[in-house]
Amino acid sequence: MKPLTFTRVISICAALLAVLFVVVVAALKVGAVPISISDLALNLARTIFGRRIEMPSEYRMIVFDIRFPRIVLGMLVGGALSVAGTSFQALLRNPLADPYVLGVSSGGAVGAILSLIFLPRIPLVTPLGAFLGAIATISAVYFLGRRHGQLDSTTLLLAGIISASFLSALISFLVTTLATRDLRGIVFWLMGDLSTPVPDSLHWALLAALLLGIGSIYTTAADLNVITAGEREATHLGVDVTRVKLVVYVSASLLTGIAVSVSGAIGYVGLLVPHAMRMLFGSDYRILIPASAIGGAIAVVAADTLARTVMAPTELPVGAVTAMLGAPFFIYLLRRRLS
Amino acid sequence: MSTAGNTSSAADAVTRGGEAPVRLNVEQASYAYHTSGNSAPLFTLAATSFRARQREIVTILGPNASGKSTLLKLIAGSLEPLSGRVELEGFEISRLDARTRAQRIAMVHQESALLFPTRAGEYALQGRHPYGRLMRFETPEDIQITENALAQVGATHLRDRWMHEISGGEKQRVILARALAQQPILLLLDEPTLHLDIGAQVELLERLRQLASENRYTVVVVTHELSLAAEFADQVVLMHNGRCLRVGTPAEVYRQDLLEQVFDAPLDVEIGPEGRPRVHIRGARSGQYLRR
Repeated sequence: MKPLTFTRVISICAALLAVLFVVVVAALKVGAVPISISDLALNLARTIFGRRIEMPSEYRMIVFDIRFPRIVLGMLVGGALSVAGTSFQALLRNPLADPYVLGVSSGGAVGAILSLIFLPRIPLVTPLGAFLGAIATISAVYFLGRRHGQLDSTTLLLAGIISASFLSALISFLVTTLATRDLRGIVFWLMGDLSTPVPDSLHWALLAALLLGIGSIYTTAADLNVITAGEREATHLGVDVTRVKLVVYVSASLLTGIAVSVSGAIGYVGLLVPHAMRMLFGSDYRILIPASAIGGAIAVVAADTLARTVMAPTELPVGAVTAMLGAPFFIYLLRRRLS
Repeated sequence: MSTAGNTSSAADAVTRGGEAPVRLNVEQASYAYHTSGNSAPLFTLAATSFRARQREIVTILGPNASGKSTLLKLIAGSLEPLSGRVELEGFEISRLDARTRAQRIAMVHQESALLFPTRAGEYALQGRHPYGRLMRFETPEDIQITENALAQVGATHLRDRWMHEISGGEKQRVILARALAQQPILLLLDEPTLHLDIGAQVELLERLRQLASENRYTVVVVTHELSLAAEFADQVVLMHNGRCLRVGTPAEVYRQDLLEQVFDAPLDVEIGPEGRPRVHIRGARSGQYLRR
């Protein structure tokens, strides 16, 4: 028997971080301005270790002031959505759960838009609105997804999909009333987009909320392992199931809310990444959560790089890329479950 | 192990039980399920009492909806009795915190579906969960205890197999190993023989007999299998319609009129050579037991 060890968790994370570094360098490199990879890697490493960047100032502006913040945003959003997806899968006892499929992302978007309509000038209100929208939606889906007091897999997915379509209709309605704002910008944002920079004042608050969310979920990792083997049994193994569920629902909604408030609804990341990580490293939540966080960062940065290069100079929304990859994968998982 | 050997060790346990202190004390414990706060209860468990010592196997016997599972939940501490007490070594079980309870009481349920593929070894290792703190990874001691538990139920060879690929009987052994890894003093089993064929049923019950004696467990088994309970129990708690009708040795409880009334079927009871009752279904061709 070879149970998971701390060393194994650290080495897997280190390997994934190395992959992330490579993907980030590639994402910085791709684009209209030619810069050598070695220069980029060297300067990226210099910024990570707090040293000065050595490169011509016009390049530096393009690479580190335009491309880099977008990449950082992609990493945060990817990490948040993947960890939220992994958590929902355990709690709802459904391997197909994902913030987007369950309508939680749409709920977050409704919350964010409402906050933009009613309280447009206060900076932290949009992520907060998205968080509240997300938590309201997951509660609704949870109760609609039950039959005879038990969570039913199919009913739950249907409840999520119906909620998502209802909320999308609500969003269309709200967007048409938002005459003052740039409509294309909003529509783009709703499809999942990383091109709108986040105000500097928000950076630290969002990062703190993200770390808080992932951290809280990680403290329950060992409990989640037992819960996925049966909720009833978990109680008899000393798990306070109600407390774990509450912590994880709130944290996963917070993560979804943050992601939606800065990037709109990027779909299927929370489905694709956790499953890929499970195939690579197994289902133990003590490795799955950090691996999903880093894997999600890799996936969204890679998808966003594709999104801005395949049709260059026109940019696709990153959500379109993830949906094109994610929806067929969802069907594949669904078919495999049914057989 | 032969059946004769089993029965004599069972008789030993009863005599030894007389000297050992009471471990599990169920005293006038009752419970009622309500749909809402002030409506009439849907189901009531009337005050029930029995006591069990170490190495004793207690069977809670009764047909469906007789209150067996409710009684088991009171013993497991997942329900708090409406009145009366349920105590383990003098501590009220429902007042223990979940971790402490899980270190003393292990529950074997009818298997529930696993969300993700898990190997038998990892599954059994979950029995160490009540002893871990927060993120603590399993220690070599945890692994040793789990290995021993697997060996004790004869499941060492299943360690690296997937749970969804092994047979029902093998799965039941791994689930039992997980319970043993909790190092409990009270082992509870909810209809453990339900999905097992007769060979696996007998094997499981013999193993329980052996575990009760070697590990000094107190074992409580909920079942509706009359013959198995008769063969393996030291004490039988007979339940019917939410009431405990009788507590005693199988020979004391297995009375023809009583069993016929409880199970609503024509039954013959005879006492075997080792003083254990045997139950047969009497030819039911008259049609008088057809429900109208």
